[in-house]
Amino acid sequence: MLPIKSQAPAFNLESAEGTSFSFPSDQSTLICFIKEDCPTCKLIVPILQQLHQKQLLLLAIGQTKDGNDRLIKEFDLTMPLLDDSDLKVSFAYDIDTVPTLVKTSPNGSIEAQLIGFVKEEWQALLGTELTDSIDWTTLPDWRPGCGSLSVDPIIADRLRAEAENSPLRARKIEVAAADDEFEFMFDQGFSDGLPLVPPTPERVLRMLAGTRRDPQEIVAILPPNLAATTVEKVAINAVMAGCKPEYLPVVIAALEAACTDEFNAHGVMSTTMGASPVMVVNGPICDRIGMNSTLGALGQGNRANATIGRAVRLTLRNMGGAKPGGTERSTLGNPMKFTMCFAESEARSPWEPLHVERGFAATDSVVTLFGMTSGPVLIVDQTSVASEQLASSMAMCLQSVHHPKSYMGSDTLLVVCPEHLDTLQRDGEMSKAQLRRIIQDSLAKPLKELAQDEQSGVGIAAETLAKMDATRQNKRVTKFPNDADIHIVVAGSDAGKFSGAFHGWATGSIGTISVSRKIEE
Amino acid sequence: MSTILDPTDERVPVARQPTPRPTTITGNVALLDISKPRGNILLDQFEARLKERLPGVNFNRYAKPTFTKPAPDDLRQEIRARNDFVIEALAD
Repeated sequence: MLPIKSQAPAFNLESAEGTSFSFPSDQSTLICFIKEDCPTCKLIVPILQQLHQKQLLLLAIGQTKDGNDRLIKEFDLTMPLLDDSDLKVSFAYDIDTVPTLVKTSPNGSIEAQLIGFVKEEWQALLGTELTDSIDWTTLPDWRPGCGSLSVDPIIADRLRAEAENSPLRARKIEVAAADDEFEFMFDQGFSDGLPLVPPTPERVLRMLAGTRRDPQEIVAILPPNLAATTVEKVAINAVMAGCKPEYLPVVIAALEAACTDEFNAHGVMSTTMGASPVMVVNGPICDRIGMNSTLGALGQGNRANATIGRAVRLTLRNMGGAKPGGTERSTLGNPMKFTMCFAESEARSPWEPLHVERGFAATDSVVTLFGMTSGPVLIVDQTSVASEQLASSMAMCLQSVHHPKSYMGSDTLLVVCPEHLDTLQRDGEMSKAQLRRIIQDSLAKPLKELAQDEQSGVGIAAETLAKMDATRQNKRVTKFPNDADIHIVVAGSDAGKFSGAFHGWATGSIGTISVSRKIEE
Repeated sequence: MSTILDPTDERVPVARQPTPRPTTITGNVALLDISKPRGNILLDQFEARLKERLPGVNFNRYAKPTFTKPAPDDLRQEIRARNDFVIEALAD
């Protein structure tokens, strides 16, 4: 309800006969909000009718058109019953309950408001002279009212979105009645190829409830268009992707991470190699929003995993302009370009989770982005039984990152499954650092073995090798530039000896460096 | 009729017109290598052939630090300030 002495909002409504009634006039006025299916409203309709007969300026406002017609018929009303079926006046008066009776002064300010029916209050406000044909003794002492239709959750979001003080600023697109909104969005180029949830103002408002940030705050400057992207624009794309509002803070943090010089979203999205962000979420938010870190964590079937990744990609597409055939020039593309986001199975792992390793508190919720070109490439090893045996066996599978003869150029995200994790811990506690070292040592090769030959043009050119002395030619180089370029997380179900590895892009300042961002809840 | 909110950056698309092509080439021509493999070889060939055909023209070589990122502002400004034309070598 509006405060006493505040100005009552002006309005113009029509009665069932089509007569227009305006407020304010220069007289003291009674405004009463009712709806037909409310028993308390029906209780007071005869009082309103008599006030009208006493020539009092009364504006009775009904909330449904059909209900108004039924009330006129049932009570044989001669008073005009105004149609507020679009509920804008009820919303403007901030009505929670019907009936609500508002009394205004001649200058239009609110003098009194009665909610529901309390006999003493109504008698005191109206006086007995105006209601002398009403037998007050037959009326109950009090009756609670009913909920106003304007606060019905489904309707209230629409009303908020249409109100003058709506937080929404994005351009509104009218989809014609004969047009299919799903086909329309495909035609406009908004889609990644799959159907989208229409981002109606109501849905976007509900999405914005997922963050405390101001809808107009700029989250990031998205390449290649260098588009200043507001929280509202992220929310619109999150709606289209199918997110719940509680996922929005993850999407926002992921976009902040993507749009750093280190991550280099511009290059990741446009390279012909077909890279895409792979998102790993850590911390308490994973359980809270229902992310999957176990069975099938990297696959389909979990709404949070699927739609958070999709929302990031759609925002990069629609705001940044990263579209295939435009600046996105991937030769083959890969399914990670639809979505790739999962949670780490922290509870199952004896290791520090990824975000703690990267300097965050265990209680922080963090999203980490990796620019990856392929994955998860399966590491199928069901028979290694010793820890070091399995570690070097996993290394063999990583030989193929980019190309078996391509060294020192990329990174990898190794997703260790629980059964492999148990084997790695079987002969003592193998740390992540030890696992990384075994992988690097297993794959290290002297430079001369990486020379181009008849079987492969990938490698060191013969003339370059010829300029090296024997010591240099025998120098062993590691597959990955640094041990830290082997990123390790744990995920997957307890059954199955199948880990996976994502293969990186150009690692380092030449291309992309993984970036973590704390998720603000 | 239903209403949806625009998910894009709301730029009104304006078809870009190509810069008018001069009939003769004089002055300075920038040859920009985006640093993809063998881009320099392509530009070497261009430079040699063009010098034969355009003896009075100066050719200036430039390279981006990495092909994965847009050219730095300084480089763009230098190319613009010192050249009348630019040929960019893409691809591998």
